[in-house]
Amino acid sequence: MEKNTLTVKRGLAQMLKGGVIMDVVTAEQAKIAEDAGAAAVMALERVPADIRAHGGVARMADPEKIIEIQAAVTIPVMAKCRIGHFVEAELLQALGVDYIDESEVLTPADEAHHVDKRGFDVPFVCGCRNIGEALRRIGEGAAMIRTKGEAGTGDVVEAVRHMRAVMGDLRRLTTMREDELATFAKDVQAPLDLVASVARDGRLPVVNFAAGGVATPADAALMMRLGADGVFVGSGIFKSSDPAIRAKAVVEATTHYQDASIIATASRGLGEPMSGIARDTLAPEELLATRGW
Amino acid sequence: MTPVIGVLALQGDFAEHAAMLRRLGVESREVRVPRDLEGLDGLVIPGGESTTIGKLLETYALLEPVRDLGASGFPIWGTCAGLILLATDVGTPQPLLGLMDMTVERNAFGRQTDSFETDLDIDGLPGGAFHAVFIRAPIVSGIGDDVEVLAKLDDGRIVAVRQGNLLGTAFHPELTADARLHGLFVEMTRVA
Repeated sequence: MEKNTLTVKRGLAQMLKGGVIMDVVTAEQAKIAEDAGAAAVMALERVPADIRAHGGVARMADPEKIIEIQAAVTIPVMAKCRIGHFVEAELLQALGVDYIDESEVLTPADEAHHVDKRGFDVPFVCGCRNIGEALRRIGEGAAMIRTKGEAGTGDVVEAVRHMRAVMGDLRRLTTMREDELATFAKDVQAPLDLVASVARDGRLPVVNFAAGGVATPADAALMMRLGADGVFVGSGIFKSSDPAIRAKAVVEATTHYQDASIIATASRGLGEPMSGIARDTLAPEELLATRGW
Repeated sequence: MTPVIGVLALQGDFAEHAAMLRRLGVESREVRVPRDLEGLDGLVIPGGESTTIGKLLETYALLEPVRDLGASGFPIWGTCAGLILLATDVGTPQPLLGLMDMTVERNAFGRQTDSFETDLDIDGLPGGAFHAVFIRAPIVSGIGDDVEVLAKLDDGRIVAVRQGNLLGTAFHPELTADARLHGLFVEMTRVA
């Protein structure tokens, strides 16, 4: 019997495909998410919109909250650690979370290094803006990738930009000659062996979700249409006027992303979405997506 | 005639199952709404989150038609979440097909860090041990008289079962390169 292999780490992400992973800060929210059909929940101290609004240092969630959330639901419980904060990651592993998100949404703990994720038993998901960043994280041991988007804004534009960048580069890679791959690897700062295997397979070796700015069922379906394997929704659920109903609608839109009439029906009577901040009105130092190296 | 096998595509690793069937030269179809069931010779319920898949089965009116098909001899194979959905009792209130006379314990091994791979001997499957991948896997904790046990772990816990036209595995053959169980299910659809 072998545990903690790449197959089981990447495999859990494969089981989440076609599903929605929702940010929650309490056990009560976790239960609402599970009842709405979430495939997993992400435990954190504050949702990204509140981190933006209130400022300060954003850290991993209180262990007490994580334990309460684990007790409240049967679906996988993920939790965020700060970029480079391998001790927070060790704590989350000790708490028995099912996946760790080394996340730019929290205040980075290290301005040069990410966590060496290969040494952990628990799998990691990491954000990316392009294929180079995705492959660097996979090289460090990430078993799942997501776009960064721009968390806490309710503006999907940045997630679209990142998903199009990744999928476009994947398509380009499949048409490159062998000798062009090395130059591509150098240009995007990614390990050559990973670049070569992606060029051969025409896809990333891990599941790739969309995240950062998804606020409506149509946003979720848009990301699926652009090639996402599934969707993270952060502030979009619990900063809306009726989280339970919106959560269910986002789940349905993610499953039926190719069927506009089903999405239209699911989108009726949801109340107000989160108010949102247009990404282009943020100052450079307010952007979360630029965190990570 | 080659069968057409549906893969329930509400959530989970349905694409992996479709790819395995393609390798065997079998046509598959993604099933999301009741009309997708028409003309199928069998249905695979993939791995995923059983609560998510169950709710979507209910919301999109698939629970009854799939249950009726299964009860009338139509071949259905559930892997992991699919096994849970086939059970009559899982200990928590959630939508189930309730087609197989068995009790299933969800997350029977613990959390993700307790997920594992191991070699299994499967009754009636030629070609030696099957490399099985268990991810937050369930086990079959109780069975009725009509349920045949196909595989157990070394500690005796049941992880593969068959009841006539219904097949259930707690692990994920679709995550391996071994298509023998997919081949067995395709055979079941030919006989049915």
